[in-house]
Amino acid sequence: MKIRLNQKNIPLLATIAVFFLIYAAGSFLYPGFFSLRVFVNLFIDNAFVGIIAVGMTFVIISGEIDLSVGSVVAFVGVLIATLVQDYNMHPLPAILLCLVLGAAFGCAMGCLIHFFKLPSFLVTLVGMFLARGLAFLLSLNSIPIKHDFFEALTDFGFQLTRKVWIPSIAILFVAVVLLGVFLSHFTRFGRNAYAIGGNQQSAILMGLPVGKTKILIFTLDGALCALAGIVYSLYTMSGYPLACVGLELDVIAAVVIGGTLLTGGVGYVEGTLIGVLILGLIQTFITFQGTLSSWWTKIAVGVLLFVFILLQRYLSSAYSGREARGRDGKKAAQAEAA
Amino acid sequence: MPTTDAILEVRGLSKTFPGVKALQDVDFTLKKGEIHALMGQNGAGKSTLIKVITGLYKKDGGEMLLDGKPFECDSPEEAPKIGISTVYQEVNLIPNLSVAENIYLGRQPMRFGAIDWKTLNRNAAEAIKKLDLDIDVTQPVSSYSIAIQQLVAITRALDVKARILILDEPTSSLDAAETARLFDVLRKLKSEGIGIVFVTHFLGQVYDISDVITVLRNGRLVGVKSVDELPRLALIEMMLGKSADEVECVEKGAGEAGDAVDAECFLRVQGLGRRGAIRPFDMEIHKGEVLGLAGLLGSGRTEIARLLFGVDKAQEGRIFVKGQEARLTSPRKAISLGFALCPEDRKSEGIIADLTVRENIVLALQARTGIFRRLSPKKQEEIVDRYIKALDIKTSSPEQKVGDLSGGNQQKVIVARWLASNPDFLILDEPTRGIDVGAKAEIENLILHLSREGMAVLFISSELAEVIECSGRVAVLRDRVKVAELPREAINESNIMKAIAQTEGQ
Repeated sequence: MKIRLNQKNIPLLATIAVFFLIYAAGSFLYPGFFSLRVFVNLFIDNAFVGIIAVGMTFVIISGEIDLSVGSVVAFVGVLIATLVQDYNMHPLPAILLCLVLGAAFGCAMGCLIHFFKLPSFLVTLVGMFLARGLAFLLSLNSIPIKHDFFEALTDFGFQLTRKVWIPSIAILFVAVVLLGVFLSHFTRFGRNAYAIGGNQQSAILMGLPVGKTKILIFTLDGALCALAGIVYSLYTMSGYPLACVGLELDVIAAVVIGGTLLTGGVGYVEGTLIGVLILGLIQTFITFQGTLSSWWTKIAVGVLLFVFILLQRYLSSAYSGREARGRDGKKAAQAEAA
Repeated sequence: MPTTDAILEVRGLSKTFPGVKALQDVDFTLKKGEIHALMGQNGAGKSTLIKVITGLYKKDGGEMLLDGKPFECDSPEEAPKIGISTVYQEVNLIPNLSVAENIYLGRQPMRFGAIDWKTLNRNAAEAIKKLDLDIDVTQPVSSYSIAIQQLVAITRALDVKARILILDEPTSSLDAAETARLFDVLRKLKSEGIGIVFVTHFLGQVYDISDVITVLRNGRLVGVKSVDELPRLALIEMMLGKSADEVECVEKGAGEAGDAVDAECFLRVQGLGRRGAIRPFDMEIHKGEVLGLAGLLGSGRTEIARLLFGVDKAQEGRIFVKGQEARLTSPRKAISLGFALCPEDRKSEGIIADLTVRENIVLALQARTGIFRRLSPKKQEEIVDRYIKALDIKTSSPEQKVGDLSGGNQQKVIVARWLASNPDFLILDEPTRGIDVGAKAEIENLILHLSREGMAVLFISSELAEVIECSGRVAVLRDRVKVAELPREAINESNIMKAIAQTEGQ
């Protein structure tokens, strides 16, 4: 789909501009920042965040929210570790089981939200506690995963240059983003998600399958969370029940910075990718800086998020101003007709 | 196929909502190539009937036949699939998606498993052209006027190869030229054999376009007549269930009550203006006076109301209330000065659907007395009963949720809310919009009664007859400029039209 230069795209363009700004600043200040390796590392270190963020983008575009993602990642990580280490299961069926469980978990939350008309904030809050609790039920401690197949998965990838290695999880991240872009722009499912977020009542009256779409969105989101959990366990080679506390908020921040409106109806998966990369870039920046505490990442993200919320607020008010002018046009037409 | 050419038949349909029998034993038959007007007052059951047919509501009893075969839509998704398409009064489109996408949402052309945007946009441009519209279909729907949005909604409805097209008040936001264009399209569709159900409040349009009229009253079928054998007066009588003489109850000489120029000046406005909303204007409203605001849709009437109520801030000019300069920075401030605004758009600005009728009515009054001085339940009941009776609000009890009432009755609840707050200055923005004839007269009478008791009223209405009947003075707006002010003697239709038209020549 052609990206038109209208007001709707400004948040996306602003996001891209911010990304290049930080990237340029880093490259200018620190030697070694502007390298392929650092760039590829962004995709490796943020793969699990990015995969969730794609699912979250659909959820937010449809006007809902998901708070359970961090807990699901932790639960899936611990589950895989337990199955592989304690029950000697082969990682492959364990991974498949986790994906199915994740999708079922998301599907169940979607059904609750749709059939019982419960707010997604509350349903996924329940999901958040539930998944976190289940993770602790499986194990109280971090379980390292030692399995040949698991290591083979981690080592899978291809050599881009002599120094730069692209591992499986980065490939997976990019694949999920591409899938998300395709779903959002080129499928009825994706367009229905926009319609529901834009105006749910209208979507119902237009005869769109609102319930089905909503449940599917949460199913996709749940499956992607499980996938992110698997990626996270590949990344850390362990399962830890306390992992990713507060991750849901980082993901929501990335999605919003990526230009998706929290009220639904507007957003881009492409933007979410940039949003995730910006979060990673800030972290890299602070690592390179060396003396600042890593908590400065949070402050930077907070400031950035604030700026983006202001920008969106300003744009949406400018947008309604344009609508008013649209009515002016009609009035002028009336005058001519009279 | 049945022997008649009826495509849609409804027999003995009933639907009950908590406390209200919305439909009782209603029959309705639509033939091929027929434009069938569905008439009735607010709460007569028109919308309910349509919503049952389209599957938004489930019927409680009776049967529905399509081509002689029983059918029932479980959800609005199914109706278009069996050829029933609906365009609703409030435009139901997705504001932030493009015009083209809104037309094809849910049935986009696909190519290699992906949406074919090129074909989609091209098809949309062609479909839109059939209605003689010339707009960029790739722009978001929200960037166009309500009238154009309504035509886009109709384009969408037509594109499903509909055999039955249901139009629920499609013309309420269209001007004469746009309505004529829509009617041309309807006639064309009729000649193609599509059955059209047409709901409207405009009697003139019914006689312009329809073949058959079905009249409902209080959820019951009153009669089915072909247009030729039903004169207007008889139609009104059927709708109201009383003779036309009884309806003409706006008191004669009422205008004098609205005429009180000699009385104390309540509100004086000097050079008030806001860029893009209204050019600076002067205005005076006296105690006990009804000032009418006349002008076309979009001429700045609502903008004046919003400025005077502090919803939008004026960029220039001064406001004096009872001779003292006042700064209207917020609606709260305006309310504390004794102002009240009954807004135009009841859904987004007025009604709180989840509260009961009683709570909605006492809301403004309560806000004025302060939350710590609660009105006693007895007092509340007294007030609410009075207004339910005075405005004839059709509700099963004061404790019914407002969201369950019909549109016109919701409007009455809002009017009642502001009347109950007993303000010194009441701004009514299209208070009678979407309300039936009988209730209109009731509201007009109430306004006159209140002004006689000393309330200053700013009365905004698209219907000139109404403005003329109620107002002591009329200010005329055009193009966001106040162009004239007519004293009581000069108020008549031709003068107002002239005032609107005069500036147009320049």
